[in-house]
Amino acid sequence: MKDRLREAISRLRAFFHKQPLDHELDAEMAAHLELAIEENLQRGLSPEEARRQALVSFGGVEQAKEKHRDARGLPALDVLMQDLRYTFRTLRRDRAFTLIAVLILGLGIGANVAVFSVVNTILLRPLPFHDPQQLTWLAGNNGVGGLSDVTYRVDVYEEFQRANHSFQDLTAFVPYYSLSETKLMGRGEPRPVSFVWVAGNFFETMGIRPAVGRLFMPEECVRGGRKAILLSYAFWRRQFAANPAIVGQAIQLDDESVTVVGVLPPTFDFGAVFAPGSKMDFFRPVFMDDIRTWGHMLSLVGRLKPGVTAAQAQAESKILLPQLKDSGNPYWSTDVQTTITGLKDHVSGKLRRSLVVLWCGVGLILLIVCVNLSNLLLARAATRSKEFAMRSALGAGRARLIRQLLTESLVLAGTGAALGLGFAFAITTYLAHQGSIALPLLDSVRVDGAALAWTLLVAVAAAVLFGLVPAFKVSGGNLQEALKDAGPGMSQGRKHERLRATLVISEVALACVLLIGAGLLLRSFLRVLDVDLGFQPSHAAAIRVDYDDDGKAAKRSAILQEILGRVGAIPGIEAAGISDMLPLDRNRSWDLRAKGKAFSKDVNDDAFVYIVTPGYFDAMGMHLREGRDFNWHDTDDREHVIIVNEAAARREWPGEDPIGRLAEGIGQKDTRVIGVISDVRESSLEDSSGPEVYVPATQGTPEGAELVVRTKLPPDVLASSVMSTLRSLNPGQPATEFRPIQQLVDRATSPRRFFVLLVASFAALGLILASLGIYGVISYSVTRQTQEIGIRMALGATAGKVQWGVIRNTLRLALLGIALGTAASFGVAKGIASLLFGTEPTDPPTFGAMILLLSAVALAAGYIPARRASRIDPMIALRSN
Amino acid sequence: MAESKLDLMKGTLDLMVLQTLAAMGSLHGYGIARRIEQVSADKVLLNQGTIYAALVRLQYRGWISAAWGTSAKNRRAKFYSITRNGRKQLAEDAAYWRRLSGVMGRVLAMQDEGAKL
Repeated sequence: MKDRLREAISRLRAFFHKQPLDHELDAEMAAHLELAIEENLQRGLSPEEARRQALVSFGGVEQAKEKHRDARGLPALDVLMQDLRYTFRTLRRDRAFTLIAVLILGLGIGANVAVFSVVNTILLRPLPFHDPQQLTWLAGNNGVGGLSDVTYRVDVYEEFQRANHSFQDLTAFVPYYSLSETKLMGRGEPRPVSFVWVAGNFFETMGIRPAVGRLFMPEECVRGGRKAILLSYAFWRRQFAANPAIVGQAIQLDDESVTVVGVLPPTFDFGAVFAPGSKMDFFRPVFMDDIRTWGHMLSLVGRLKPGVTAAQAQAESKILLPQLKDSGNPYWSTDVQTTITGLKDHVSGKLRRSLVVLWCGVGLILLIVCVNLSNLLLARAATRSKEFAMRSALGAGRARLIRQLLTESLVLAGTGAALGLGFAFAITTYLAHQGSIALPLLDSVRVDGAALAWTLLVAVAAAVLFGLVPAFKVSGGNLQEALKDAGPGMSQGRKHERLRATLVISEVALACVLLIGAGLLLRSFLRVLDVDLGFQPSHAAAIRVDYDDDGKAAKRSAILQEILGRVGAIPGIEAAGISDMLPLDRNRSWDLRAKGKAFSKDVNDDAFVYIVTPGYFDAMGMHLREGRDFNWHDTDDREHVIIVNEAAARREWPGEDPIGRLAEGIGQKDTRVIGVISDVRESSLEDSSGPEVYVPATQGTPEGAELVVRTKLPPDVLASSVMSTLRSLNPGQPATEFRPIQQLVDRATSPRRFFVLLVASFAALGLILASLGIYGVISYSVTRQTQEIGIRMALGATAGKVQWGVIRNTLRLALLGIALGTAASFGVAKGIASLLFGTEPTDPPTFGAMILLLSAVALAAGYIPARRASRIDPMIALRSN
Repeated sequence: MAESKLDLMKGTLDLMVLQTLAAMGSLHGYGIARRIEQVSADKVLLNQGTIYAALVRLQYRGWISAAWGTSAKNRRAKFYSITRNGRKQLAEDAAYWRRLSGVMGRVLAMQDEGAKL
């Protein structure tokens, strides 16, 4: 073993010292011959005979040297260096080819690496927590419904935490995030900040250690304890210039003073995992006793004991939860139906199919790139056949030629991969900084070690894939025929052409599949954008408003009326209203029951609740179907009223007119329905609306206030006048910006837009590559047939006829490819059916449009060489050979 | 038909070189080649030049060492000598060869008995 290692090192050293070693060998061999001649002379031979015999017994000098070199250095590496030198020389000579090949490969590999990075980040890489496979997500009501359905009551959390045997620990956070509702005071202008209430054991359970300071102490997690917060790393850097001295200091949040006890590590990004598209600035321990009676408040995350699976925990919960329920608390309802899954599944499970489709799409692109490259190489090989025939005549074996050609492919692929890495790096950096795309973990997308390994794999696979066919084709050529100075038009050329035509057909077929897939997804996306939201997002914008009502309804009513009166009077504002929550943003639900209907634990009574002022419906562009809007006379001391949406009306008063009916569950007293309003997509554009209920802000207790204004002017123009109005009413109004309502819609559609954008750009790339392939083949065949066309034209063929002949050729290739591709597309479309929205997998307009598009592009690609063919001057064509 | 010279089997040249150096001490390439030819009574087909590939191989494995020196007739030449590792290797290889040739001898002897059956 040691000997082998010594030999390897010596060989490596020898590889870099060829010349001195060769000189030494020469000297040694010269000495050898002299010794031999001397001895022969002593035996009495004549000087000539002595020399001759010495040379004879020595054998071939060059062979001996070659053997010596093989034994001494690294012969395989020598050959490789030779091949590489040769490759670089030929590629430099053929600059246009090299440039196109590297660019195509760069695009293909770049797209692959970028998508791999996204897939790796969202799907493959474990979550950035300690032992992430132990972390599980608990969803109430089996994960069906709004936030209030899938969350838990404090009692349930505590009892389950105490009684279970599956988990090391259960932790919780409040998923009703406080986004920009609180202000950081005492540091310049009041700044809106976002935070999450978490259970005291949240960070320990997740396995997070603070970067600075410490986590929460038990006494900071109970009512009346010291008020503590933990800062996120990003907020710490942004707001406190990464000053570690902030730990231990008190900061002012609204009118509350809290102590910073620590800073979380940069690897922990709560928003990326639990609330895609939003950033959390800090975390506060939730006092369980404060929210015990508030209903469904907690999202649960569990850390399983080692060796316990999520399925085992699920099985335990099936038995344990009903037992706990029967032994006490009557309000468990949906909490009993719990689904326990891996946290990773919860975070990225819904995206798996989309990502896999994306991955396949980008793989298809790589295939098209390879076919295209194969084609280019074949075209090139046709012109190089003489060169290879010459080399093989000089003694190069077939293996050596194939090796040479594969070296060329590898160099091309390697250069393309380097370029592709550049593209991928740019794309991932761009994606990582797109805060508005609501995809989990997206901001940690980067080209990492795994992506580099993937690049290498893809590059080598591509090189072999596109290089092998041309390599075998070229090296297997007929030596004699190639060496003969025959012009084009030999059978060799024709065989090449058949192979190239096959490649083009498959390329068109692949592009066709890609185009139809992308077309279906694009149509689905358009359908989603077309959905009736129930409100008009355009020309509306929202701004967060801050006011102090001391918790009194009468004072609140006066303040809100004042705000709306003043803001509504600003020129350009058509309507203004306030709601505490906006659709597609946050949600919360309460019970809603028609009065008199029997209460049943097993029936879901939830309805999404919005607490709004008069004028909100107009500002949002919602349609009142029946009854009346709220007005300022609906004060707290009068009868409490609500407006329900059509879904709620259907559920609670089926077949009846709900106007004037009484409902239970909203607030302490019964409420009377005064209106029915159209359904609003509250949590997603793609799911139909659930029951919704609107409560007047003069009677309910809003959680914050979003002022919505409807205006034809750009919101920025109004921002300063609205802000100064708000400031004049409340000097503590934080500096926030207008959010166009459209932005909420855009964020809700962002995952779909993200996928459609990627798939569509892949399809465009595929289309370009396919047209390039068609152009290459047709153009080559025209060049090859120049003479033939010249003769035909000399014999009287018209330019139009020649042109049509070439176009017919093109169409034949394209239509064959399209036919194959369309057939394959039916299968593929079935596979992505679950990703489609409002679109059949066999949607005829999409199929038709894409087939037409592909045919048109193919025709255009064939038209250029066809025109060239029709312009051939018979005289020149016939003279040229 | 005249008996042709023996073609060297793979690995045998290395063993011959090691044995020659073990027996003769320090020797240059020509000396080693001549010595092998003499011992084999010119029955081995040896292009003397090929010995240099064997020498560099053995040197890289650390079984022989080399140094430039002066021959008895005052001529500069590269002299090779066997190392301790080389002697160990020689012992191993020689034992292997003896076993192999013994087995081959017995196998070939068996043919006669077989014919009697």
